[in-house]
Amino acid sequence: MDTLKESPSPCSSRHNSPRPAPCEMPATVGIEAVLDQLKIKAMKMGFEFNIMVVGQSGLGKSTMVNTLFKSKVWKSALPGPGVPTPQTLQLHSVSHVIEEKGLKLKLTVTDTPGFGDQINNDKCWEPILGYINEQYEQYLQEEILITRQRHIPDTRVHCCVYFVPPTGHCLRPLDIEFLQRLCQTVNVVPVIARADSLTIEEREAFRSRIQKDLKSHCIDVYPQKRFDEDPNDKILNSKIRERIPFAVVGADQEHVVNGRCVLGRKTNWGIIEVENMAHCEFPLLRDLLIRSHLQDLKDITHNIHYENYRVVRLNESHQLPRGPGWVNLAPVSLASTSAGQVTTSGPSKAHKRAQEEPKYEF
Amino acid sequence: MDKEYVGFSALPSQLHRKSVKKGFDFTLMVAGESGLGKSTLINSLFLTNLYEDRQVPEASARLTQTLTIERRSVEIEEGGIKVKLTLVDTPGFGDAVDCSDCWLPVVRYVEEQFEQYLRDESGLNRKNIQDSRVHCCLYFISPFGRGLRPLDVAFLRAMHEKVNIIPVIGKADVLMPKETQALKQKIRDQLKEEQINIYQFPECDSDEDEEFKRQDAEMKGRIPFAVVGSCEVVREGGTTRPVRGRCYSWGTVEVENPHHCDFLNLRRMLVQTHLQDLKEVTHDLLYEGYRARCLQSLARPGARDRASRSKLSRQSTTEIPLPLLPLAETEKLIREKDEELRRMQEMLEKMQAQMQQSQVPGEQSDTL
Repeated sequence: MDTLKESPSPCSSRHNSPRPAPCEMPATVGIEAVLDQLKIKAMKMGFEFNIMVVGQSGLGKSTMVNTLFKSKVWKSALPGPGVPTPQTLQLHSVSHVIEEKGLKLKLTVTDTPGFGDQINNDKCWEPILGYINEQYEQYLQEEILITRQRHIPDTRVHCCVYFVPPTGHCLRPLDIEFLQRLCQTVNVVPVIARADSLTIEEREAFRSRIQKDLKSHCIDVYPQKRFDEDPNDKILNSKIRERIPFAVVGADQEHVVNGRCVLGRKTNWGIIEVENMAHCEFPLLRDLLIRSHLQDLKDITHNIHYENYRVVRLNESHQLPRGPGWVNLAPVSLASTSAGQVTTSGPSKAHKRAQEEPKYEF
Repeated sequence: MDKEYVGFSALPSQLHRKSVKKGFDFTLMVAGESGLGKSTLINSLFLTNLYEDRQVPEASARLTQTLTIERRSVEIEEGGIKVKLTLVDTPGFGDAVDCSDCWLPVVRYVEEQFEQYLRDESGLNRKNIQDSRVHCCLYFISPFGRGLRPLDVAFLRAMHEKVNIIPVIGKADVLMPKETQALKQKIRDQLKEEQINIYQFPECDSDEDEEFKRQDAEMKGRIPFAVVGSCEVVREGGTTRPVRGRCYSWGTVEVENPHHCDFLNLRRMLVQTHLQDLKEVTHDLLYEGYRARCLQSLARPGARDRASRSKLSRQSTTEIPLPLLPLAETEKLIREKDEELRRMQEMLEKMQAQMQQSQVPGEQSDTL
């Protein structure tokens, strides 16, 4: 949580334990009240969550985002005379503030239209990697300033949902190339997209083949085994790992089934209910991303992926050792830039400062 | 005896008997990305297990897989008629990260079959020509895309003048009815825009009844066909008889139900009504086009010697096409023959000059 950086001020707590009478020994100290304080702080500040969806066009990425957050974050276009596929990979982000029970969530969704749609898809993952690293860089630049903001705006990608096309066979070379590269930098959750084209048996067979492929290529998807902290985590995450990748179906139209109003897809032979576990595994994805592991995704992004990035950056810029805490950041030299990205003035400022006056920057 | 009745109205049945004896052969190519249900559809179309022994390669094998062309043959017999069906498969198409020019091996294969046929046709023994030309190509379009992808357009552009193309939308049970219509329309618009000529089902005869014409028009309006294939027989709750279909937890897709998919239309148009037409178009249009292009390109380098060649060939009433070998060798042969001709012509002229000199001047002997 972002509030962990600051210690909770005792003045703002509202649930003080009643002052015990001077001659009585209190049974408890009242530390549990800290949890409430944290909750209140969180409610006040709100949460940020940045999710990226990657996959070929038509796999239902926009619809899935709409279904996940139950609001039209995206205007999804029906296949047909809709959005034409762009010639090169572009990234664009949309931010929304969603509110539920008094809690605000600033959701940023980054879409990647054009991924894997060309004839030659070599290196199509580079703009995506570039974007992710750029968000880390922006955060790093904010972090190393002398006077930092109280709350650094967090645009780092917390989770990347990768949509695997339901071929029913195994992972394609493009999938493997992408997953291998991205799992080192960001939390990746692969899902089997448009799973309504596979029967239950086909799904299980496909899933086990994908799991085998992931293992043989050493691709560590979220929840990563090596980050399990305690046995409870291990048990919970193992259950999830058995079912990854989830076979999902997205829908943003409502239909009436047995008197209930459900989100689903209506065909001539039945209605696929998105929230029905017998039909697809969308509830598992939603629970993982939002209900149970949202904070964990953010923590791993901050504590592990971002720290890795930071260590690499500091090492490569550490030219003249002047002291244990002194940092001289060289200008950013990332291989690729994503389309339409504005570079912040951060890097150049730091560079100038470092070159002209050896000031204490950290 | 009926004087008016000659009896040649029995010809069709003679033809019928002869063709039944000879049997039919048909070569069908399937192309498209992997995972679109091609093998399942072929098995459903012809009610065979052409892909029984197929093993889906693992991901690591796929990383280094290049496009290969595979042929499988099966003999199907129905009602006393034998059909030798040859299936040409293109595993590995569209699978790699870089699919540039991945359609070239397929184009080469089709042209090689034409070349083989041209060679056989120009050969001396033409009794048993094996027709291995591709009569029809079923191209599978992904139902997940928004129409034709760049790879689809590139493949269709490269192949549409060489083979009959029937585009189909594979795994169509993933689409809702509105989505299917929108996708079909988008594909039709794109085909028109890119000027890709797919196989045109011929117009029905003007003397057919209105009902048939209406059905025919409705069927043609459904192109590209949205198909679902299945080799499993399911017994679903509604009907008592078992049907081929796919059993989902929300319902069962019946492969042969026209409200569910266009499988029946495809089977009817491909097998029941237009099998022979496909072969004829391949032979009369596509193969002849190839042959004309091929011979024209051969005739060009020898243009200056056309005069000498025509002198000699005046004796032959029909044009004997040269026995054709692979193009490079053929060109070499032609050059050698031209050299021979020139030498022979020089000899002739020398002989003529000698004869003229030896003769009395004034008398002109007949030149050859």
